[in-house]
Amino acid sequence: MTLSTPPLPLTMAKHGSASGSGIEAGAPIIQVENLSKIYGSGFQALKEVNLTIRRGEIFALLGPNGAGKTTLISVICGLVNATAGNVRVDGFDNVSAYREARERIGLVPQELTNEAFTTVWDTVSFSRGLFGKPSDPTHIENVLRALTLWEKRDNRLLELSGGMKRRVLIAKALSHQPQVLFLDEPTAGVDVELRREMWEVVRGLRDQGVTIILTTHYIEEAEEMADRIGVIRRGELVLVENKATLMQQLGRKELTLHLDTPLDGVPPALAGHDLVLAEEGHALVYTYDVTRQDEGTGIAGLLADLEATGIRVKDLHTRQSSLEEIFVNLVRESA
Amino acid sequence: MNLQSVKTIYLAEMSRSLRTVLQSIVSPVVSTSLYFVVFGAAIGSRISEVDGVSYGAFIVPGLIMLMLLTQSVSTASFGIFFPRFSGAIYEILSAPISYFEIVLGYVGAAATKSIILGLIVLATARLFVPFTIQYPLMMLLFLMLTAVTFSLLGFIIGIWADGFEKLQLVPLLIVTPLTFLGGTFYSIDMLPPFWQAVTLLNPVVYLVSGFRWSFYGTGDVSIWASLFIIMLFLGVALAVISRIFRTGYRLKP
Repeated sequence: MTLSTPPLPLTMAKHGSASGSGIEAGAPIIQVENLSKIYGSGFQALKEVNLTIRRGEIFALLGPNGAGKTTLISVICGLVNATAGNVRVDGFDNVSAYREARERIGLVPQELTNEAFTTVWDTVSFSRGLFGKPSDPTHIENVLRALTLWEKRDNRLLELSGGMKRRVLIAKALSHQPQVLFLDEPTAGVDVELRREMWEVVRGLRDQGVTIILTTHYIEEAEEMADRIGVIRRGELVLVENKATLMQQLGRKELTLHLDTPLDGVPPALAGHDLVLAEEGHALVYTYDVTRQDEGTGIAGLLADLEATGIRVKDLHTRQSSLEEIFVNLVRESA
Repeated sequence: MNLQSVKTIYLAEMSRSLRTVLQSIVSPVVSTSLYFVVFGAAIGSRISEVDGVSYGAFIVPGLIMLMLLTQSVSTASFGIFFPRFSGAIYEILSAPISYFEIVLGYVGAAATKSIILGLIVLATARLFVPFTIQYPLMMLLFLMLTAVTFSLLGFIIGIWADGFEKLQLVPLLIVTPLTFLGGTFYSIDMLPPFWQAVTLLNPVVYLVSGFRWSFYGTGDVSIWASLFIIMLFLGVALAVISRIFRTGYRLKP
């Protein structure tokens, strides 16, 4: 099963921004300032979070369970009251100008929350009307076709698979042509194939100018899709960075040298390099920072020393740390 | 005012009633007919007249009121409770609509359904007993005020309840007993003086009495007292709902 993403006629509705600047790619669309949330139980879910989301980007919010991802999204969307701070959507305060702010937002929640006995068509049309938009069967049809739900339009939601229900939630969120789409763990619990289909849908939306903010547990998802990544931990935004920069700055590379003859230990002549003997003496693993590699000091020197000591290398390969390793290290460091 | 959103909620709730037409409309009509058979025909044949009208005709306003109260509460409470229960409430709360508009949609639909049912029961009753309505406009006013007020009460219960058991608790343990003890099937003049005084503490007495007055021009209490009590109820319900939304109680942490 594949998604017929193009053409995705789900483009955002034309709205003026509060500043009157119109739609401009890269301009801030969501501005979060000093946002804090303390629940009635005393639990502080957000601690003075500051964040700017740019129009047209895919922003991935990463964090362990209970870090505050869903709370942050919920405050922005108006589901949870902030204790302090403020949120502006396209320049509109989400409390004092909540109508203007909310009509620009589409939210796909984490849980599959549907009324089981309504049909796909009715529930998506309901969402559009709820957001104050006049009936537009053509738009609803386009949304359903883009999400391969058209054939199921007369089915009741209880008759759909989990993946289809998830797509119905996306269709509901897109029914009123939002400028910003929040996806709270969009692929949680779905199989690999469907996850890739979802990614295609999300990319299609971004290509049309919809700003996407997604939370995820799957680092692979952020690595695959995001333009920028934010890491939240215990209610604090510990990092916001371009994905490429993040991987370049924090990524570590490993060079594995497969040896012709096994060694008993790292020879003293190579002690100056950060080497570890692996595979029962058949390999030497050299770990280095990408930034140091740019300086050109590590690998060249190591290879020269290897040649000088007469150690023959029959093969080598390098591996760059994944975003997952970066994330785990980051969370561990800030613990 | 975001009328499109209000209309959307209203129509969705009305279509829910139509989807469950058997439970929503047929069931109250059948049960009201049974009341007529049991109380009107079987028992009524042994009671000649109450307050100058036949017993069958006497119980008509009370039966309509009984149905109106229970249906208003159950429809409105279920209407808001179910999206809370299923989680679909997120969509309502994140939509660009005010709390007043949310209430207008849900309560408007519940009250409309109750009023339609009231009129259907009225027509059904006419098949069993002959009666006239002396003050039809006042009858409609009472019908509407009661439907709106008890739909508001249902809305409050739907927000307060954290399970299906609590959802049933107030209608079963409070509304139905108060209605049965509120002069639906008897005039409070038929009670001993002590119980007459106790019964006057029951607010439903005033609703049934006022409604009956609009039919036959007589009631257990003055029409003004009835109107005052229903308006007081309405005011209290609105105040409670206003507080619920101001504090985010059970809706918005």
